[in-house]
Amino acid sequence: MLSEGSSFMKGMALGGIFCLLLSLLGSFTPGMQSSPEDQHHHHHIKAPTNDELQSLSEPQMVELSQKVRVYCVIMVQPKVLVYWATAKDTWSKHCDQAVFYSSESAKALEAVDLNEQDEWTKLRKALKHAYDNSGDLRWFFVARPTTFAIIENLKYLILAKDPNEPFYIGHAMKSGELEYVEYESGIVLSYEALRRLVNVFKDEEKCPERGRALWKLSEEKQLAICLKYTGVFAENGEDTQGKGLFNSKSVSSLIEDGMSKNPLDVVEGCCSDLAITFSGMSPNQMQVMMFGVYRLRPYGHNFHDSLIFFPPEGSDND
Amino acid sequence: MKALGSRCAFFIGFLVGTCTLYVFLHQVWFERTFSTLQPDGLEKTAAQLHELEEDSKNWKKERSALFNLNHPHHKGEDSHMADELYKKVRILCWVMTGPNNLQKKARHIKNTWSRHCNVVVFMSSVDDPDFPTVGLGTKEGRDQLYWKTIRAFHYALENHGDEADWFLKADDDTYVVVDNLRWVLANHTPEEPIYFGRRFKPYTKQGYMSGGAGYVLSKEALKRFVEGFKTKVCTHTTHVEDLAMGQCMEKVGVVAGDARETPSSGRPFHPFVPEQHLTSKFSKSFWYWSYCYYPISEGPNCCSDLSVSFHYVDASLMYLLEYYTYHLRAFGYRYRYQPPSPLGYKIEAWDGADGGHSYSKESNRPSRGGHWRGWRVRPGQTGNRK
Repeated sequence: MLSEGSSFMKGMALGGIFCLLLSLLGSFTPGMQSSPEDQHHHHHIKAPTNDELQSLSEPQMVELSQKVRVYCVIMVQPKVLVYWATAKDTWSKHCDQAVFYSSESAKALEAVDLNEQDEWTKLRKALKHAYDNSGDLRWFFVARPTTFAIIENLKYLILAKDPNEPFYIGHAMKSGELEYVEYESGIVLSYEALRRLVNVFKDEEKCPERGRALWKLSEEKQLAICLKYTGVFAENGEDTQGKGLFNSKSVSSLIEDGMSKNPLDVVEGCCSDLAITFSGMSPNQMQVMMFGVYRLRPYGHNFHDSLIFFPPEGSDND
Repeated sequence: MKALGSRCAFFIGFLVGTCTLYVFLHQVWFERTFSTLQPDGLEKTAAQLHELEEDSKNWKKERSALFNLNHPHHKGEDSHMADELYKKVRILCWVMTGPNNLQKKARHIKNTWSRHCNVVVFMSSVDDPDFPTVGLGTKEGRDQLYWKTIRAFHYALENHGDEADWFLKADDDTYVVVDNLRWVLANHTPEEPIYFGRRFKPYTKQGYMSGGAGYVLSKEALKRFVEGFKTKVCTHTTHVEDLAMGQCMEKVGVVAGDARETPSSGRPFHPFVPEQHLTSKFSKSFWYWSYCYYPISEGPNCCSDLSVSFHYVDASLMYLLEYYTYHLRAFGYRYRYQPPSPLGYKIEAWDGADGGHSYSKESNRPSRGGHWRGWRVRPGQTGNRK
């Protein structure tokens, strides 16, 4: 009995030391917040400043305004038809071409039927379809059903970027060694990046159609891995002050965060003035955001932007 | 047998030790991070001091009113027109609130839209020199609303009559876009006996203005209101503040103004939140249909781009509306609706067709008299200079 007791105590002591060692090693990656050093490993893409735009010559501006046209890939589901209807009636009208991609066909849902339930395979098929049907559009934006995007602000971000260079932009996140763009807050791909991606899709070793790993990687990470093989890396989209432009939360939830973290400067501290995406918005919230972005404004305040974007034809809520 | 037993004991002990220490460490670590999130007593007073400091940058507190020092501006924004109107169309905003709502509601108004008023006064039943609020000497409650209104307007004329041209009443759950209110008022003068708001029709000949959506009196209207009480033409008829106000206005010859730009345009003052006006289908039996003086539009046509007010706005919606109105925008977007400038105010033509726009001194760029470069892009087509 005594020997068992002492074995027990010895075991306990060793177990405690073991646990302590593990947690000391593990404490360098705390679960609560990502350390600020992580942020600096991201590649950043910043919107051009006013001075940069002013320094461009006339022919350069003409060329840029012709190149910056966006093909929107919007993933929808027949289960939640109202998101398709809302996206169609709101922000997607500002895309140069907006195409909806659905997992299955349904009456009243005007979308490309991918006939596929797996998220990663759906994304692959949609991107391949987009590449084949892009015409002369050179930028691609991938959205989820609850994403709201302000396309003019996206165009501003990528204005001076060459789509024949590989770009993979959004809210960049890090998972171990892998840097990927968060799906929820929208993914931006240049023509060159998409071309390389479609090419690597053919390689079943590097970029399998259905994940072979024991555990399934999320589709956003799969995308990052495939792109990494082609030499394309994730970049974080930011405004001239370094604020993130792609948001994975809804605007009201970001405001509420601001109220508890930054009560004296809620609005300044919340989100960029030229934010590109918000996610998790309800259909009604999207209609209000449409009004808030494209209509509601204070009289007598003007911004003399170097580029003018006209409202789309035949629309009444913008 | 004994060896096996002691080996088992060892393993069990190992597991128990690991688990216990894990739980212990987790608790300690958790508590540490938890405590960094919770400000302790000392940190709280530091936060309060910081708030006071911020306040003193934005306001001059005097005689229980807040005088705007720091009219909010954006970097890179050309707001010379808004500044012009700020100087010419001076508005005193008074907010109907109470001691229980100062931290819950009034504080958020202080942080957001009231910063665009020339003078702000928070009217309560109790004096509070710190916030500051004016004590009107009434009790709290729905039946006190008209008493508070009467006294608040009397106070405003007596103490601030020379410091403003227009006097706005708002609730502590009303959001007002003061710059857009100035645009409406700039077409009138403070000597006109007129008042504006969301016009309702029942119970009165010329209608009355919804209390929750906010209403604004010209200086002449305010003078007549106060005079009306002196001569007993107006009395405390009912506690339904907006109706009572409308009845008095009618008696003293103040006109119920039409704030709409044209009869078919979107409305400026709104008795509900934007979501309801933009997306709800109000049921036909809802009182709203029979109350509105002018025909109601549902959907996007409900609301003017230059909307002035919304009601039933909670704290987080206050900040969200501030973000939507003054911050979030679409780069380069040419608004469908181009509002005409108010009578007597010249604004440079900003259409860029002939390139004849000169930048104001406020903007960051040097004045270029003449050629403006702007490139127009319409979605779906190749960008062409038109």
